[in-house]
Formats: sequence, C-alpha cells, structure tokens
Amino acid sequence: MVLVYSDDKKITFELLAKATELAKDLGTKTTAAIIGKADEILAEEYVSYGADIVFIAESSIDNFKAEEYTDIFENIIKETGEEIILIGSNKNGKELASRLAGKINSGCVIDSTNVYLKDKKLTVERVVYSGNAIAVEQFSSKPNIVTVPSKVFDPLKKDDSRNGEIIKKKIDGEKSNSKIVKVQEMKTGGVNVEDAEIIVSCGRGFKSKDDIKLVNELADVLKGKTVGCSRPIAADMKWLPEDHWIGLSGHKVKPKLYIAAGISGQIQHIAGMRDSGIIVAINKDPEALIFKSADYGIVGDLYEVLPKLTTAVKEKMG
Amino acid sequence: MNIIVCAKQVIDVSEMKVDPSTKKPILQGVTQKISDIDKNAMEEAIKIKDKNGGKITVLTVGPTDAKERIKELLAMGADEGILVSIPDKYDYHVISSLIAEAIKKIGDYDIILCGEASIDLFSGQVGPRVAGLLNIPQITYAQSLNAEKDKVTAERNMGDHAVTTESTYPVLITVTKEINEPRLPSLMQILGAANKPIQDWTADSLNSGLDPMVNTVELKGVSMERKNEIFQNDLDESINKLVESLAKEGVLR
Repeated sequence: MVLVYSDDKKITFELLAKATELAKDLGTKTTAAIIGKADEILAEEYVSYGADIVFIAESSIDNFKAEEYTDIFENIIKETGEEIILIGSNKNGKELASRLAGKINSGCVIDSTNVYLKDKKLTVERVVYSGNAIAVEQFSSKPNIVTVPSKVFDPLKKDDSRNGEIIKKKIDGEKSNSKIVKVQEMKTGGVNVEDAEIIVSCGRGFKSKDDIKLVNELADVLKGKTVGCSRPIAADMKWLPEDHWIGLSGHKVKPKLYIAAGISGQIQHIAGMRDSGIIVAINKDPEALIFKSADYGIVGDLYEVLPKLTTAVKEKMG
Repeated sequence: MNIIVCAKQVIDVSEMKVDPSTKKPILQGVTQKISDIDKNAMEEAIKIKDKNGGKITVLTVGPTDAKERIKELLAMGADEGILVSIPDKYDYHVISSLIAEAIKKIGDYDIILCGEASIDLFSGQVGPRVAGLLNIPQITYAQSLNAEKDKVTAERNMGDHAVTTESTYPVLITVTKEINEPRLPSLMQILGAANKPIQDWTADSLNSGLDPMVNTVELKGVSMERKNEIFQNDLDESINKLVESLAKEGVLR
C-alpha cells in the first residue's frame, strides 16, 4: 500500500498523483490519511484526486503535535499495512516523518524532488550541499518514509466519478508531555513568493530599510508586485518579514523572471531561486558570484541602476 | 540541569568546488567545521547553564578529526565531549540510533539541543528521529527558549505563525539560526579547552548491529547553465540592452 498524508490538502492532491503511479507499478492501492475531525467532504475530494482508500483517524486532537500525530500514524500503519509513506514536506510534515521513522525504525528521506522505482526498490532524489548536487537515495528495507515539498508533482485531473472506500476509526494517541500554550500569526507582508511569476529581490547591498522602495517600484512596473530578499534582509536586519525570504532555509521559488539587486549570490540564496526562468543580477562588484547564476547582469550601483531600469521598463511596456 | 548538545562536523559548503566537467561536487580536501546551527544550539546551552547551573556535554558521531571540532565547542563553554566513531556505512537511521544509544549511556539528561538541520545536507531528520527513539517530547524550530526549573517554554518559528510550546523534562529541542549569536571563544578559553575531557566511544560498543536502510547510490552534479550576458559599460546603454533582451525573452508583459 502507498499511504499519503499532509495537513495541506493541495500537497496531498499532488502526492496522490505520484502514489497512484507507484501503486500501479507495485500492483497495490493508494490510501490517503486524514487525522482529526471526520471530514467526509475532504475524503471524497481525496478519492476524486486518486485515493482508493481514505483512512480517517478520528481524534480529539485539535492542534498538530508531532508526538501525538506520530502515535496515531503508527496505528494507521498497523491497520493498513503501508509500505510506502509519502508525507507533505512542510515543517509539520518533516518533523512528523522523522519522528515516525525513529519510532518504527524505518528509512526516511526528507525533501525529495523525485520519487521512482528502480530495480523494484523505492529510489528518491534530494538536493544537497546548498543546491550544488543531487543525492540519489535507495531504500533497502521497508517501510519507506519520504517527504515531498509542494509543487514537485502535478495533481491528477479531478474526477468526481472515481470510487473509493472511506474507513473511519477512532484513534486516540498517547498524550504528550508537551503542550501548546499559544499560537500567533507571525508578522508577514501577506506575500506568497512561491506562486509569484515575477520577483524582484534585494540583499545586503541595500543601505537602509527605506531604500527597499526601489525594488517595490520596479516590481510594480513589471506587474509582478512581488518583492523577495536574501537572508540578511529578513533574518538579520528584519527589514522585510520572513515570507519574502528566498533561499535554502527561506522559500524556494521558480518565477518566469527573477531580478536580484544587491545580492552577492551566496549558494544558500542560489538554492532558493536557481529554477527561475530568466535570472537578472544587478551588483556593483563585477566579481560577485550572482553573475555566474544570471542570464543577464548589470554591473553598477543599484541606487543608480534601479530607478533607471524602472523608468526604462515602464516606457517599454507602455 | 544536564544538557546534551548534538553537533555535526560538516564540510564548509561555501568553500566547496564543483568539477567543471562532471559538475559533481569535490568533497575531498574541503575545510571541515561544526555545522553553523549546531553552534546556535551550543550558545543556547550555555545560556541555560548560566541561568540554571548544570553540565553541558557535546555529542558527535564522526571521524577522529571531529575531535578538533569538539574542542571548539569546549572552548565556547561545554564541559565535556563525547566522540562516537562513525561506521563505514551509515544513514540517518544508523547515526540517530548511535546518538540515542549514546544518550542512554550518558543516562542523566534534561535537555537535548540540536540545530534545526545541518548545513550540508539540510534534512533536519536527526533531532526528531532521536526524540522518537528516546520517546521524549520534541520541540522543533525554536527561535526563543526559556528554561526554568521544571519546564521549558519555546517559541517555534512555523513560517507564517509562531507556536509557543511548553514541556517538562527531558525534552529534545531543535533551534533555528535566529535564536542567538554564537559567541567567539577567547584565547584563554581556547587554551583552557585542551584540558577538558573528550571520551571516545566506538559505534560497536553502543550498537553493533546497525545497517543503513537508505543508501546513497549516486551524487549527481547540477548544471547551472545560464547565458551570463553581463553589461558593464555605459549604464544607459546597459539598461537599454537589458530591457530589449527581457522583451525578447517575453517576460515583459
């Protein structure tokens, strides 16, 4: 059996497409898991996206806690005999997969960007060394736990005529010694860089928070309206909220056009934007690493380049 | 309060070169260092000890030269180091099991601190995996911590929201790079670290029956083929050329 789970239903749809392919090759079925409320509408949706079985683990837990979810998951695996477990690679998914792997003593690979069978063994690929290499990993024993980030796979076309079985079972996991005291929104700019088609990013070359308006203005005329940044701007200076942060530990993006202004091009930043369509770099240092990763570059002071570029783009686009 | 800091020796990825023909990374001869975020875990351990008293043990699974890295953490303020020899074949299952076995052998512990992930492979698997093996609570992605006598409270960075979690001891906590600024040890501290004990434990003495469950069958290079058209003469001309090129690429719509 191939089990799929994410608390983000969009990732679950994507994973179901891959699970369907693997299940076909293995001559088995796909299961999607739901933990918490018995959400039958969601279960039907999972069926229409490729689940043969939807296993609803009904539980009174309202907030995600890795310890408790792991316990429920162990029960699901016992009930359904899963051999391949695909989990959505968001922060909750990663810590759940890792803890589960420890508990049931199984192999686990985090953040896989490709999943396939080779010599009948589950084989996965993941980006390592800050985006400079891809490790091909093969499982030698079962079960196999793999986490996959969003947008790695395309979901199947929704088909409301598909039939699936919905199993509901009350599972109350072991209560953890930790407790959630407070959940609060982090200060965000409400942007979603991962979905953006055009991104203009700023880095350490900017001298003050106020100067970020230069990237805003260019982003606006490009009709992209999305501003990104490298680590120092979000994490150290805190000039922009973290949802703008592009890089290895920030967001990974693939817009049609990515403009990096005043960004030196540390490999951690490159790892977050290397899949962009066209990459443009603006930097006053002709030796800056960013030019190696760019299609087009202008060597110059961003304080001069950005206003002129904004005007030129505005004229060109009419 | 007994604190264990799990630290990993990694290659300095920023110094890594790529073979121009195969595009594969060259891993031999690259400077080794303690994974950056593990130093944040170390710094946090020192803060907890300063406030609550206790002992800090650094635990590393690695080759013999990792002892030099452990010394850096002893200089920062750890009391003792343990180096577990790394088996020839390993994966996250093998490493995590050895760490869990070593922690059981240490026996008396309240907090296990790890970085959220190592900077070379960036899985973030070991921390939660060890917590699972020890069957203790885990608090991941902590961006601030407050350790008191009977409980620890942590604010977790979940991206779009922050979750404040509290736990009794023992607990395993993984920290983010933003939690603190790791200190640079003074020369006196560096010299003093030479007198602090580092124990050598063999992997076999902890668990001799460990085989990897996942094998790395290949390390593929990544090609980063870009046009690299760099304009650097007259600024106005450069900007015109860039805008023309972008228009031709069809991204100005």
